Amino acid sequence: MAQPTDDARHGHAEREAARRRVRANWLLSAPALAMLAFAASGPLLIMLVYSFLTPGDYGGIVWKFSGEGWFQVLFSRDIFDETVGLADAHLTIFWRSLELSILTTLLALVLGFPTAYFIATRPREQRALWLFLVTIPFWTNLLIRTFAIMELIRNEGVINSILLWLGVIDAPLQMMFTEGATLVGMAYVYLPLMVLPLYAAMDRLDFRLVEAGYDLYATRLQVLRKVILPLVKPGVIAGSILVFIPSLGAYVTPRLLGGGRNMMMGNFIELQFGQGRNWPLGAALSITLLLVVMLALVVYVKNANKGGAGHG
Amino acid sequence: MADAARAAERPKRPRKPFSVQRMPGFATVAVICFVALYAPLFPLMIYSFNAGESIAVWQGFSWRWYESAWANEQVKEVTIRSLVVAAFASGISTALATLAALGTTRTASFKGQTVIYVMINQPLMVPEIVTGVALLIFFAMIKVATGYTGLAYLIAAHTAFCIPFAYLPIRARLEGMDKTLEAAAADLYATPWQAFRRVTLPLMAPGIVAGAMLAFVISLDDVVITELVKSAGQDTLPTYMLGQLRRAITPEINAISTALLAVTVALLTAIFFLSRSKE
Amino acid sequence: MTRTVKAIGAAAAMTLVAAGPAMAEGTLNIFNWGNYTNPDLIEKFEQAFDVEVTITDYDSNTTALTKIKAGGHGFDIVVPSASYIPIYVRDGLLMETRPDQMENFKHVDPRWIDVDWDPGRHYTVPWQWGTTGVAVNSAVYSGDPNTADIFLDPPEELVGKVNVVPEMSDVMSIAIMAEGGEACTTDKEILKRVRDKLVAAKPKWISMDYGATEKLAIGDWAASVNWNGSTFRARLENPDVVYGYPKTGYPVWMDSVAVLSDAQNPEMAKAFQNFVMDPENAALISSFARYANGIMGSEQYMPADMKDAPEIKVPEEFASVGVFVPECPPEAQKLRTAIWTELQK
Repeated sequence: MAQPTDDARHGHAEREAARRRVRANWLLSAPALAMLAFAASGPLLIMLVYSFLTPGDYGGIVWKFSGEGWFQVLFSRDIFDETVGLADAHLTIFWRSLELSILTTLLALVLGFPTAYFIATRPREQRALWLFLVTIPFWTNLLIRTFAIMELIRNEGVINSILLWLGVIDAPLQMMFTEGATLVGMAYVYLPLMVLPLYAAMDRLDFRLVEAGYDLYATRLQVLRKVILPLVKPGVIAGSILVFIPSLGAYVTPRLLGGGRNMMMGNFIELQFGQGRNWPLGAALSITLLLVVMLALVVYVKNANKGGAGHG
Repeated sequence: MADAARAAERPKRPRKPFSVQRMPGFATVAVICFVALYAPLFPLMIYSFNAGESIAVWQGFSWRWYESAWANEQVKEVTIRSLVVAAFASGISTALATLAALGTTRTASFKGQTVIYVMINQPLMVPEIVTGVALLIFFAMIKVATGYTGLAYLIAAHTAFCIPFAYLPIRARLEGMDKTLEAAAADLYATPWQAFRRVTLPLMAPGIVAGAMLAFVISLDDVVITELVKSAGQDTLPTYMLGQLRRAITPEINAISTALLAVTVALLTAIFFLSRSKE
Repeated sequence: MTRTVKAIGAAAAMTLVAAGPAMAEGTLNIFNWGNYTNPDLIEKFEQAFDVEVTITDYDSNTTALTKIKAGGHGFDIVVPSASYIPIYVRDGLLMETRPDQMENFKHVDPRWIDVDWDPGRHYTVPWQWGTTGVAVNSAVYSGDPNTADIFLDPPEELVGKVNVVPEMSDVMSIAIMAEGGEACTTDKEILKRVRDKLVAAKPKWISMDYGATEKLAIGDWAASVNWNGSTFRARLENPDVVYGYPKTGYPVWMDSVAVLSDAQNPEMAKAFQNFVMDPENAALISSFARYANGIMGSEQYMPADMKDAPEIKVPEEFASVGVFVPECPPEAQKLRTAIWTELQK
């Protein structure tokens, strides 16, 4: 480091440079932040205000303060005996969504990692093509894709017909309206969200490092765990975030493939803005969800970076 | 299963040269994934030729749904509108996300970095219905005040929620991309802009492509926010389809989807061969 | 590079200007349920009045109401369900266009004139109406389908094969009426029985989902709470499907054409109201979406298969138990929502 005599001046110049860098970083981020403030985060402040108001008789709100919306997030009054208890329905629904999101993320990772790796190890000029192949099915609408999956797995569907014809089974397997169908369907729907960021990170994988690993007598598994995984970790983090968070609010796929007898967080909140006509509760629930996810995200990213290979 | 079979077979075959890139089983999983991704599209395509009104009961071959989709002005309009919105939203959001990624990666941690990160990812964290209702109220105020009810609101809303989808792949690419090449360019008297254009941008390209593609499909798929933000005459393909969900979906939807897929594949093939002949 | 940027900019500017609905004279912006408006009807209207019509879809009454309340939407016409019309009127969202003084009003079936939600038809014109009942595959269960027990206490043959549409209003109304209550009751004794019955029945259901037309036709479901028009379409594909009217009471609904108070083109909107009361035009509506329309003399223009369909023509014996369920007052709605949440938690 600098000599003590230079310290003051040097420190000053360094601080100045650092300040400029920070300013440049903010300037670069500013357009995106402005867009978000205008058409996403900013308007959400309306919801924050609404969560403290009184529900209107037929939807909407009345401009009268009420803490009821927030009270109802955690507590509920039994409609029959008026006793106040913990809102276990909300916790059950939240837990169900959380569980599905975790499993979906894991399944998407298990399937997406090899797929992204496969793409990233194709000859360079082919990679964009393979990448497109991953996204093309998603040019059709989510609903239509889900209907198409149903066509495969229903009792009279393609898979059952083939299995029956082959004589593997005697009676159709009930695949539709099961939890397994929901999970597979969710992984299907969210797979590109996992594959694309993983690919973006893997594409620059330096195979000389991998080779060095083998030179040091590492097994394939060791190379995968100790060399490749740390190098592509930013991709794993990005993919997991993109799959995990949106799937927390998903409900169309669970309803169509799983039968929808149980609510997910997404349609529970929607119920409050629709037929339930309780906008303040809906607003309070979604702000709660936002805070929980935000906290989890910050902790996850901080931890992931701490243990990582020194990126970022 | 395929792997076990291959393992048993292996000693008989002449040994392949050792490849550092190979991971046993990965190619198998990848192939299974690709097959699974495309498997549901076949019934979808087949039923687009159904003579009956059902998307699940086969009643013979016919072009009627292609004819009816082609004759249906609304279908054509909503399809084009969807593509226009998706093109704008993915283009703008990718540009903004690229800048933001440059500002938040490969830099000494600074105050507010986490704030930026959380803000960029915020659209992921709130169920769409909530963002949708908030935007509906906010945009309605602007619409009433300005009298402008055009497509810009939809594009703005889509751009905003596409930003994290574009940002994360770009960031994943940038992280750990070392700065020595840019420094070298600077040493060779490249201006910062030249260094960016000639060095940084090409290196980032795979991330940008991945991000833009994600943003495009996410925009193309959005129902809830669009449903709430759209003004008169601004249905997109997904909101048009949603309207049919509660009643009966006809193979017309399959016909539209199939046609869209066919056009995509044709375009991609053309681009692929054109770019190859250039090399 | 710059040329590309300029080209994109120009294209952007053009799209933004051109893609907005033209607000000039000669445009009519209709806001209606999805897949509900016959394109032939619109074309006919466009030609007759030299006007350009846009159709924009919604998927639920709440979405439509929320959007219209927020303002700035640009619509002239909306087609809400009967239960929502009093809310629109109360909030001053509809224009009093006096359809009862229009030329074609004489074709409106007297049954649909003095209706609770718009007495004497000062605001709205009938579009289509239908019922919510149960659909049963008679090859699986041959018993009497005209009972709510199809889903509230499914017979042996239907256990694990019944679907319930996730429509709180319809399902709760049928269940409450089956227990002898009024649809919007606040009687906790009755509601408690309703809750217990629903919660006990739920394990016997296979799903709570939409899309009954296909799934009934193909046999994914053997029974479902369902709308009459959808059941009619399912029967055309699978003759075993029958429609049941729960004899303890079932909801009847009607969607009506109304002009918004901030309509840009009220004269054309009124002309549209008059237009759809013409029997020939009303028949176009019905032949597309497959529900009845409330205009006398339109039957003769409808497709042959609709004329005597038991799903469309309510049999005499069940006509009296059909109920127009209003949007329940807040107190009743709160109780319904709580039970619904407990059912689906």
